[in-house]
Amino acid sequence: MDNSNSMERLYNGLVKENPTFVLMLGMCPTLAVTTSAMNGLGMGLTTMVVLALSNMIISLLRNIIPDKVRIPAFIVVIASFVTMVELLLEGFIPALYDALGLYIPLIVVNCIILGRAEAYASKNPVIPSLFDGIGMGLGFSFALTCIGAVRELIGAGEIFGLHIMPDSYVPCAIFIMAPGAFFVLAALTAVQNKIRINGERKGKDMSKIQSGCSEDCMNCNEKGCSHRFYGEGKESGQK
Amino acid sequence: MSDLMKVSSNPHVRSKVTTSSIMMMVVIALLPAAGFGIYNFGIDALILIVVTVASTVLTEFAYEKLMKKKVTIGDYSAVVTGLLLALNLPSSAPWWIGALGGIFAILVVKMLFGGLGQNFMNPALAARCFLLISFTSIMTNFECDTYTGATPLAALKSGEPVDILSMVIGRTSGTIGETSMIAIVLGACFLILLGVIDLRIPGSYIASFVIFACLFGGHGFDPAYISAQLAGGGLMLGAFFMATDYVTRPITKNGQYVYGILLGILTGIFRIFGPSSEGVSYAIIIGNLLVPLIEKITLPTAFGMKGGKRA
Repeated sequence: MDNSNSMERLYNGLVKENPTFVLMLGMCPTLAVTTSAMNGLGMGLTTMVVLALSNMIISLLRNIIPDKVRIPAFIVVIASFVTMVELLLEGFIPALYDALGLYIPLIVVNCIILGRAEAYASKNPVIPSLFDGIGMGLGFSFALTCIGAVRELIGAGEIFGLHIMPDSYVPCAIFIMAPGAFFVLAALTAVQNKIRINGERKGKDMSKIQSGCSEDCMNCNEKGCSHRFYGEGKESGQK
Repeated sequence: MSDLMKVSSNPHVRSKVTTSSIMMMVVIALLPAAGFGIYNFGIDALILIVVTVASTVLTEFAYEKLMKKKVTIGDYSAVVTGLLLALNLPSSAPWWIGALGGIFAILVVKMLFGGLGQNFMNPALAARCFLLISFTSIMTNFECDTYTGATPLAALKSGEPVDILSMVIGRTSGTIGETSMIAIVLGACFLILLGVIDLRIPGSYIASFVIFACLFGGHGFDPAYISAQLAGGGLMLGAFFMATDYVTRPITKNGQYVYGILLGILTGIFRIFGPSSEGVSYAIIIGNLLVPLIEKITLPTAFGMKGGKRA
């Protein structure tokens, strides 16, 4: 696999198959922890580390793990990394650890990670899998930071703790409560769709469903190709 | 859809009643309450009502222009939403509260779900709850030039004596349109006489609330306590003007009784056991959410059908 493929993986995760705005995966942390831009970024980066490392290990083990027990095997790998990250966060960034709370152990069941393990890492070489994890993680971090920034701006008048709005601005507190997460996620997804549709009109290929198989279907002998995985929903392994 | 597709089989009922005529009647019925609010709270209330109504109408107009849809502000439903929302605001609220609430009511609750008839919640009440959660201190500040004390309901909850006569007339603090029971009931009688609304929902709502308050209010059957609960807060406004909203109430007759009883119980729970003294808005929007379920279980049996099977 050459370098351009790695870059393609990054672009795919950030834009074409952005896990939050396009695939609509990992909604639980997306809605729950994005009360501020900092929390969103922290959650996104934590997930990215776990995602990249677990993708790498699962890709290395892909020929050893028996097909029938692959999900428990993936979970064991993911849970190990989550435990490491959790202990590191608790030790070195206790503020973020407190802010994210329960949602750090819940990264184990984040469907983005399991989804990428199932759809990509378990049938692709190590380097592209690593970059797939980084790309998806960056896309997730980007989305969570955007949602967190908008919620923090409207709900508290700040971004990353910096006071931006004029003093006369009265914060609209609902945006840092649960309903605000739904408003902002829906609005940003709508904006994202509008940009994509406009891009398609101008003739750019931004179609979202064509990944996971490095577009090399001739040499691909996987039965559970992610093209089918997302395209037809035959395997509904992720919720 | 072309007009040909809408033809149904005869008999065809012809009627002069249109959406805009019904909405116009509701606006007229709300005028006594609005007028009393302006008389009670002064020029601030008038400004807030004008700003809120302008905000709802302009939002609907702008959205439909922008989306290249048919402009429907002529059906006055946006005016009703704006007026109801304004009557639910405290007169001390700054003008932008009304404007923001109007935009939220029309844009988010009504238009994004498909416009009049498609909204799953009463837009005015949803906007009020949005404002109440977002700007709690502004929305619960009932102090103005005329009144400084707590609202009668808050006083009642904390066990202070209340003057029921002034509550019925409306010379108390509260939101702009909720204080005067007389003005609201006057408007409601107008609507009932014209057949725009009927007593099924308000009747079952108020009756079940009274029973609930007797059972759990801690005062037993105390006429003074019950009438203060009835005259205070937004119960009358909610029962006659907001629970009866055509779009968000059940369409089946039995469903309307179920809905009214549910609202009465919810209001009782919020008022008596909740931390706040008022709970009509939340009761009605939770009721709105349950309407599809209520309609499903109260669907009348069609003629010739018995027990779900063909007779």
